[in-house]
Amino acid sequence: MAHDNTPLGILVHDLSFQYEGEYLFKNLSFQISPGSFTGVLGKSGIGKSSLLKIIAGLIKPDHGFVQGTSGASLLNQIAYMGQQDLLFPWLNISENVCLGAKLRGEVADEKRALNLIRKVGLYNARNQYPASLSGGMRQRAAIARTLYEERPIVLMDEPFSALDAVTRSNIQELAYDVLRDKTVLIVTHDPAEAARLCDTILVLEGQPAQFHAPLRVVGTPPRPLNDPHFIATETQLMHILKAASHEG
Amino acid sequence: MKVRRKRTGQFVEGVVIFVGFLVVWWLIVVLLKTPRYILPSPFIVARALWETRSFLWYHSLITLIEILSGFIIGIGLGAILALLLSSSKTLQKWFMPAIIISQSLPIFALAPILVLWFGFGMSSKIVATVLVIFFPVTTAFFDGLRRTEKSWLELAKTMGASPTSALIHVKLVAALPSLGSGVRVAAAIAPIGAIIGEWVGSSSGLGFVMLNANARLQAPTCFAALFILTIMAIGLWKVVDFAIKRYLFWVPDTNRGS
Repeated sequence: MAHDNTPLGILVHDLSFQYEGEYLFKNLSFQISPGSFTGVLGKSGIGKSSLLKIIAGLIKPDHGFVQGTSGASLLNQIAYMGQQDLLFPWLNISENVCLGAKLRGEVADEKRALNLIRKVGLYNARNQYPASLSGGMRQRAAIARTLYEERPIVLMDEPFSALDAVTRSNIQELAYDVLRDKTVLIVTHDPAEAARLCDTILVLEGQPAQFHAPLRVVGTPPRPLNDPHFIATETQLMHILKAASHEG
Repeated sequence: MKVRRKRTGQFVEGVVIFVGFLVVWWLIVVLLKTPRYILPSPFIVARALWETRSFLWYHSLITLIEILSGFIIGIGLGAILALLLSSSKTLQKWFMPAIIISQSLPIFALAPILVLWFGFGMSSKIVATVLVIFFPVTTAFFDGLRRTEKSWLELAKTMGASPTSALIHVKLVAALPSLGSGVRVAAAIAPIGAIIGEWVGSSSGLGFVMLNANARLQAPTCFAALFILTIMAIGLWKVVDFAIKRYLFWVPDTNRGS
């Protein structure tokens, strides 16, 4: 399956979604521009993951639709990274990276997979099984698997939340570096992560959730930890989140 | 080195348990002075084993074939049934009560009917073994198929996997550890079906030997047959356990340490 590598944006129109009888969001519309790194922030349970799953086509909204900015469907345009690395324990790292090919019944492009594995720094561990790897290494493998899919859009659902601070920082830099040419939408509860990596940050607040005015971050990601824009954005995000939690 | 040392340790452990068992047995016979038609000493049984070896060999082979055939067919049928059940709620609704009923009838009650239907030969014993075995296999595998990690299936879906592909490459593989537990139980209880079948009606097999020897108060032969049966059961369990550990190496085993 060949994929077009030109960036594709995401258009979400008039989305409504109910969970256990309550609206998580109602008439939500927004656009993610092609090639941007966008963060979605909000407190737990506000519907961030549901929003991501709707965009990924995993759950159906009650109303509204999601499509590419070109007007085309997003079917087979999206690579998804969940809250855990979701590596299959019975496959070694190389096989995990080629998982998509196996599931689609295609012949795996092992050379490309090995290049990606080298790129994320796992070449020496390519024949190992996930159980023998550290959390950081597993997350690297998950990134390689995501890249193998060659999709223009990458959705990430708190992918680095289980890592320790130093590993997380390293993986964030790696992720930014290798996903540079993609449209990335990352859901996170960590203001620092969003302030470090994103061009634009969307904060979900209230119930049904609505977006706070989008926050554009100055400077090139991944921002160093002493970058004044990073510090200012993180502080601002904390204020917005605190204000939102008082209202809620 | 470590593995070899561990294996040697396990072997020594096995020998100690076996010898300990024989010593306790012998002590009971000596201390309680049990008559040999009630509980013969290990030496008498050993002699019986040796003296009737070709006779016991012939009957052991028959029981072994019954157990193994029943075991393989039972696992196959059990796994297929679990797959069918997990594929459709309607099938679940209609089949589950029938499966439960098949288990609530004791195999002792069914065995005479099986002999009536399938004859005196091996087939009735194989069917009895299948009946005993398929249930743990079906329930364990079915349970595993129902408990696939949801996020794995979601990942597969975003990767463009068809439902069949997700079933083969995700659900089935993820449920293999559960199937493994079912197969372990099946290995442990496999001899029950065959032996009961032989008790009810047969002209060969270890069950037949035991029944016959018992009727003639030949306790040593009876115990010799029981001894062989025990070795068979332990052997089958060991082989199955080894195969499962080897092929499902990726399943976390908290006992094994890391």
